Amino acid sequence: MSPGFTARGRAIRLESIVKRWDDTVALDQVHIDVAPGSFTALLGPSGCGKSTLLRIVAGLEQASAGRVMIGEEDVTDRPADKRDLSMVFQSYALFPHLSVAENIIFGLRTRGVKRSERQARLERVAHLLGLEALLERKPSALSGGQQQRVALGRAVIAERSICLMDEPLSNLDAKLRQTMRTELRALQRELGFTMLYVTHDQVEAITMADRVVLMNAGRVEQAATPTELYERPATTFAARFIGTPPMNLIPAAAFGQAGLRLERALGVAVQVGIRPEAMHPAHGAGTFEMRVTGVEYLGADALVQGRIGEAPAQMRVPGHAMPEVGSTVAVSVAADEFHVFDAGTGARLATPDPASLLARTGFSVATRGAEAPVINQRTP
Amino acid sequence: MLSRQWIHGWLLLLPALAFIFLFTHIPAITTIWNSFQSTPRGRRPSQFVGLDNYERLIGDPVFWKVLVNNLWFALGTIPVSIALSIAMALFVNRAFAGRSLVRMAYFTPTVLPLIAVANIWLFFYTPGFGLIDQVLGAFGRGQSNLLGSPDTALGAIIVVSIWKEAGFFMIFYLAALQAIPPQLAEAARIEGAGGWTIFRRITFPMMMPTTLFVSVNAVINAFRLVDHIFILTGGGPDNASSLLLYYIYETSFRFWDTAYGATLTVVMLALLGLFAIGQFFLFDRKVHYK
Ligand SMILES: Nc1ncnc2c1ncn2[C@@H]1O[C@H](COP(=O)(O)OP(=O)(O)OP(=O)(O)O)[C@@H](O)[C@H]1O
Ligand SMILES: [Mg+2]
Repeated sequence: MSPGFTARGRAIRLESIVKRWDDTVALDQVHIDVAPGSFTALLGPSGCGKSTLLRIVAGLEQASAGRVMIGEEDVTDRPADKRDLSMVFQSYALFPHLSVAENIIFGLRTRGVKRSERQARLERVAHLLGLEALLERKPSALSGGQQQRVALGRAVIAERSICLMDEPLSNLDAKLRQTMRTELRALQRELGFTMLYVTHDQVEAITMADRVVLMNAGRVEQAATPTELYERPATTFAARFIGTPPMNLIPAAAFGQAGLRLERALGVAVQVGIRPEAMHPAHGAGTFEMRVTGVEYLGADALVQGRIGEAPAQMRVPGHAMPEVGSTVAVSVAADEFHVFDAGTGARLATPDPASLLARTGFSVATRGAEAPVINQRTP
Repeated sequence: MLSRQWIHGWLLLLPALAFIFLFTHIPAITTIWNSFQSTPRGRRPSQFVGLDNYERLIGDPVFWKVLVNNLWFALGTIPVSIALSIAMALFVNRAFAGRSLVRMAYFTPTVLPLIAVANIWLFFYTPGFGLIDQVLGAFGRGQSNLLGSPDTALGAIIVVSIWKEAGFFMIFYLAALQAIPPQLAEAARIEGAGGWTIFRRITFPMMMPTTLFVSVNAVINAFRLVDHIFILTGGGPDNASSLLLYYIYETSFRFWDTAYGATLTVVMLALLGLFAIGQFFLFDRKVHYK
């Protein structure tokens, strides 16, 4: 904990937020709870309403309906300059006519902080972000990563309790993005403010956030920890959005009799979700069979394209254990790697005891820990 | 080979160069030359008189009168028309119904020829049945003669010029405003800045290049625009509303004192040059160019 920083996060609570433009509904009944001091990522495909939601929290946009609570206060009708939060824009929005130092202390000036205090804080922030040598420059004389740090500096210097960020890393190259991710996360931990972070990059959300709010077409699809989002996706959308390659969604019928019995047991048409990395080549009979139609060698591992029944599926195998194209491999999957979704609504179906359900319906699942060891099929 | 190219180059330049010399440089030099000559009268040809004309100028009360008038005219029109044009640009930069209509209305005075503008205002100012007197009359006030009395003639002309200029400058400010990314104002707002602070610390400084451009133009216009004086006052009463250029016109083409007219012109050009250079130096540190 660096000395002198006192920011403590405040909670954010969005209640039934609706945002409508003439003919588009950008947000539709959005409820979100952000715990104080947490790092929450707003994740979703382009156009799903992430920026709009962030701007509503910031007060730059008025919600058509619903309430915005910050801390214990209702701030729905409060203008942006009275909400006491900070924001980093995707384009950074640095003031081009002001020096780096003036950019960073802009907010302190508008709030009438004394000169000596401003100077002290500026030094601290410049040191924290490694900007000491750049303070007199204009933003146009900075690299993308440096501009980004100035924008961060402007956001953290006032030690507001909430920081909003709209895809702040999307303009950076891959390497810089990687370091900035780590730095951002460390900074947030150190200063303890509440972070609401917009991204459309699942890796960014999963690696940085305490909680991920996954959005789709103006609705919240799932709000959960990264682990839960990966292990128990609430909808088929969440299942396909998180993870590369995405989770296989296979109609139950593709599994033949066992699949039909599963649907009968659950009473609805069902899609079975299995992650490519949860499928393993089996030595014995396995859980089901997959016809191999293609293999993609990636080095450490390989992606096997194939068909289960008629449904296309992908499996991740170690790079040295690639099956032949055209062969049929037995695949074993553990019971808790089966995700069952309602084929109509896409919602996850609760399966309290998946092992016995699958056993009853005739899937011979692998037991955890006793999974098939990886064997190189080319050496006998 | 090299000399061939030289010849080609000069041949290509020649037409443009000829016109520039013919219409700009030669007249300018002739004017300066004429200012050291006497005016030819009848059979008496002009002769070299050294600085006589300039001495006469220093002792000429009308020259000082119109120069002071012109300074007041500049001081009266430039700041007000710039402030007004910024206000109008800010106003029409927002989204509201009928925005294009308002923009057009603001710009209309610029499109009208000054002669027409002067006629419109003549109708406002006419004593007795002009618009202003009719409105005043409705409140039981007596007649006014804004253009006819020495105290108000210059002011009345200043008002017309502001009305004419502000819409023109507004176009430049509108373009400048639209070039400022809206995120800057949003970022400032998040940082706790209200409307006035945003204008003072973001919008206005970012429009500085425009302000420099506009103010140089405004100064030039303040010395250049005289058309409305012809219609409205003819420089009177008693030179109260005469400006430098109008005086030059009168001297040179009404009284045909061409040598003295040339002298006045040289002084005016020198003044304008000084102003423009001064403005660039004054603004330079404050102007941020992208
Ligand atoms: N001013 C506006 N007027 C009308 N529709 C708008 C406006 N702003 C956004 N929208 C619409 O609202 C929806 C959500 O936009 P938003 O900018 O929040 O998306 P996003 O999730 O941030 O996408 P991206 O990842 O591409 O930034 C989009 O369909 C967009 O077209
Ligand atoms: Mg966006």
